[in-house]
Amino acid sequence: MTAPARNRPPRVGDSPAVRRTLITAVLAIGAVLVLAPLVVILTQAFSLGFSYFAETITAPDTRHAILLTVLTALIAVPVNTVFGIAAAWAITKFDFPGRRLLLIVAEIPFSISPIVAGVAYLFVYGLQGLFGQALQDADIKILFALPGIVLASMFVTAPFVARELIPLMQAQGRDLEEAATSLGASGWRTFFSVTLPNIRWALLYGVVLCNARVMGEFGAVSVVSGNIRGQTNTLPLHVELLYHDYNTVGAFAAASILTVLAIFTIIAKVLLERQGAGRGGRPALAAPNAIPAEKPQ
Amino acid sequence: MPGLPLSLGITLFYVGLIVVLPLAALVFKAASLGPEDYWRIVSSARAVASYRVTVLSAFVATIFNLLFGLALAWVLVRYEFPGKRFVDAIVDLPFALPTAVAGIALTTLFAPNGWFGSILGEIGIKVAYTPLGIMIAMAFTSLPFVVRTVQPVLEDLDPALEEAAQTLGGTDTSIFSRVILPLLVPALLAGVSLSFARSLGEFGAIIFIAGNQPMSTEITALLAFIRLEEYDYQAAAAIASVLLITAFVMLAVTNLLQSRALRYTVRN
Repeated sequence: MTAPARNRPPRVGDSPAVRRTLITAVLAIGAVLVLAPLVVILTQAFSLGFSYFAETITAPDTRHAILLTVLTALIAVPVNTVFGIAAAWAITKFDFPGRRLLLIVAEIPFSISPIVAGVAYLFVYGLQGLFGQALQDADIKILFALPGIVLASMFVTAPFVARELIPLMQAQGRDLEEAATSLGASGWRTFFSVTLPNIRWALLYGVVLCNARVMGEFGAVSVVSGNIRGQTNTLPLHVELLYHDYNTVGAFAAASILTVLAIFTIIAKVLLERQGAGRGGRPALAAPNAIPAEKPQ
Repeated sequence: MPGLPLSLGITLFYVGLIVVLPLAALVFKAASLGPEDYWRIVSSARAVASYRVTVLSAFVATIFNLLFGLALAWVLVRYEFPGKRFVDAIVDLPFALPTAVAGIALTTLFAPNGWFGSILGEIGIKVAYTPLGIMIAMAFTSLPFVVRTVQPVLEDLDPALEEAAQTLGGTDTSIFSRVILPLLVPALLAGVSLSFARSLGEFGAIIFIAGNQPMSTEITALLAFIRLEEYDYQAAAAIASVLLITAFVMLAVTNLLQSRALRYTVRN
């Protein structure tokens, strides 16, 4: 950062005073707002010693919450991935009317409050809802049980995989797939040996982000789970429960598990971005220019 | 190309079942109230107070993120310093960290006996259990938006533009405000609208730090939640529908701004 390599005037903001002030200010605010929460979670979690920490995270209620969270992710993430791939395939490989509308609708969950999502599910499957009476007559439990938690999680993460795949598959075009099918490959074979290798990193990127959100979702799940201790408490809900029980250290111990998940998510994100996945600043799917105008092939 | 019926079928089924059906049910429920009851609920003093604190806090948090996000993006793109890659990675923490975890962490930091709360308390500033706490929680959860929309535009900025301005005698300040900033405006607006939308709907991070006093620190999302817990489903539906309409408006604004930002970037 000494004299510019070539005979070029320094760029705007390159003066040492501006540089130093900006870097210091940004790092100081960043430390307060982002780093401090991270540090406080870990120090609080271990503030009563490691044995208390271990005791909390192996307590039956916590274990059950972890299990429920993992189970939810094991169902919601794969289903969402299949949807993401199907949506990306349909939207990028074919021209049909209403593609843009479909994109907008698929993106809706991204901008909706999780509470609205939860309330909305209540009005479908709850006793007050569309199917409530029918479900009760048939003795099928959706709300305040695993299916409700999974459905709400799928709602909040619906666009996660699709939004990674669509811009990429749009940019890659259809030539390779068309060549493969014209040489006699089946649709599945074309997908697995031509398309999938080209989208694997973006796909994984979407899956990682989707998983993080599913495991960490609070608002929507809070509405539909009914918060039944040891039964329908996912890990984030369990954190809340412990916190409101004035078991702050226990809450932070449980929270530290989710924090470790967040750290692994960020590491995976950085590694995948090095492979070219998830370029920052991607436009919303439904932005008119995100999908080039349909042109005859 | 094969696979249209299958892929489109899965897509429509999923979008219909997971996204459209619940939202339609919510709208249906809210609409079943009739205009007078609906209006009475959504214009009640407590609801209006919740809109005020939600919108005001989201506004302040967004302004903060506009300034801080721009500075952060600038520092990450323009300067080299030790730990830069760590900073770049950790910017995404607010998206990766579950909101409830962020909520209890921020509350512990800013509570009167917390690391920051005790210092601020001495100079008479209360953060936790006041609207200021709501603003901090909102600023945290929507922090990455402006950074991540501005960063790529700043990276692609042609140095020749600045050089030309410098040859013409522009100072750093005038070049920044008259050459660089105008080029960033579309990206800034897009980031700001995403940040604002996210703040309006945020729940998990806020309820721990807010104090949740009706009329003063109760956000709209929480009011909808409370009405549910009181089994007042109609009021919950009405208030949730207000949030839903706001989200649709923000979605339209965001898409408009983003398509403009794109057109702008493409042209340059």
